[in-house]
Amino acid sequence: MSVEPLELLTPLSRSESAKVARRRRGRNWALLAALVALVGLFYAITLVKISQGTLVF
Amino acid sequence: MTDSNQAIDHGEDRGGIAPSLVSVSGVSVSGASVSGAALTAPGLAGEEAFSSAGDWFALLKPRVMSLVVFTGWIGLLVAPGRLHPVLSFAAILCIAVAAGAAGAINMWYDRDIDAVMRRTAGRPIPAGRIAAGEALGYGITLSAFAVVVMALATNIAAACVLAFSIAFYVFIYTMWLKRRTPQNIVIGGAAGAFPPLIGWVAVTGGLDLMPVLLFAIVFFWTPPHFWSLSLFAHADYARAGVPMLPVVAGARHTRWQVLLYTLFLVPLTLAPWALHLTGATYGISALVLGLGFIVCAVRVVRDAQDRQGISLTRDAPARGAFKYSILYLFVLFAALAVDHYVG
Repeated sequence: MSVEPLELLTPLSRSESAKVARRRRGRNWALLAALVALVGLFYAITLVKISQGTLVF
Repeated sequence: MTDSNQAIDHGEDRGGIAPSLVSVSGVSVSGASVSGAALTAPGLAGEEAFSSAGDWFALLKPRVMSLVVFTGWIGLLVAPGRLHPVLSFAAILCIAVAAGAAGAINMWYDRDIDAVMRRTAGRPIPAGRIAAGEALGYGITLSAFAVVVMALATNIAAACVLAFSIAFYVFIYTMWLKRRTPQNIVIGGAAGAFPPLIGWVAVTGGLDLMPVLLFAIVFFWTPPHFWSLSLFAHADYARAGVPMLPVVAGARHTRWQVLLYTLFLVPLTLAPWALHLTGATYGISALVLGLGFIVCAVRVVRDAQDRQGISLTRDAPARGAFKYSILYLFVLFAALAVDHYVG
């Protein structure tokens, strides 16, 4: 197991920690929204392709 | 990224004081398992070292994306034939995501020069909020997604042109031309000219004279647009060592090039009308808009300047030409769509 040099940076204060947690939560929600949108997009494309009879290209 | 967050969670458990970044690869520190992925910004302290959803969105260069989406959409609208609205939406989304993905890869490659330019120093990578490798992976993943979905939703030809446009922007413009030649914008501008062509191919599955003209219009619009910007932002480019025209050939030469390309562009925008590919609505709009652009370019050339060609008006005409050029392309393409439906 290779161990690189340890480099500790400035510790976060309580308010900074809270801000980081908010950012992480925001990222997670954005990712969820993107995944749900993707599912919806593929579902809609599939329905249209089936209705047009062009599912296989 | 998750690992670094875990480290923070452990810190919060201990009373809100957490090591913000730990530079250890695959070893356990204070009970928190961390890895190299936690290294988002060595040397950067505090909450600024952690990305938000907005940072990931900023990697996609949303401002550039809006023009790309609009021109792509117009290409799709004016093409003969009809694409189902859902598939049209998917095609536009793919064009937008591909442009954003190419922008993210561009930011990954240009992170060194972005860091020394005032205009770009706050971008997520040079500011240390997103790791360079993560931005590259993000860009590649989104590129693949855009091309695959374009093939599934429309046709293989559109997907191929889309893939080529991404490759052109990344390899030809970003990696090859941008740092080597003052003509980088002229040739690299082709990358931004692809969207209307892709929109057209998504509907028809093939090429025609009209999409090639649309490509040429955006291609010849790019130099006066970008060189107007570089006239008042050239200090940034000089500091970064990017051979933009004002840095290499001087401001006076650049002003003449803005006028020259504008004089090239205006007759070109009239070509679809002259060739009876569009009606008078577009033709008259193109003529009026073009005359406005020429006036802006003439003002740029006649700007009060010292012997070295440095503007004495803080490049007010160049700023005006830059703003006008954006409005110009939007209205020109909007006129094309209106003409298509109204005649």
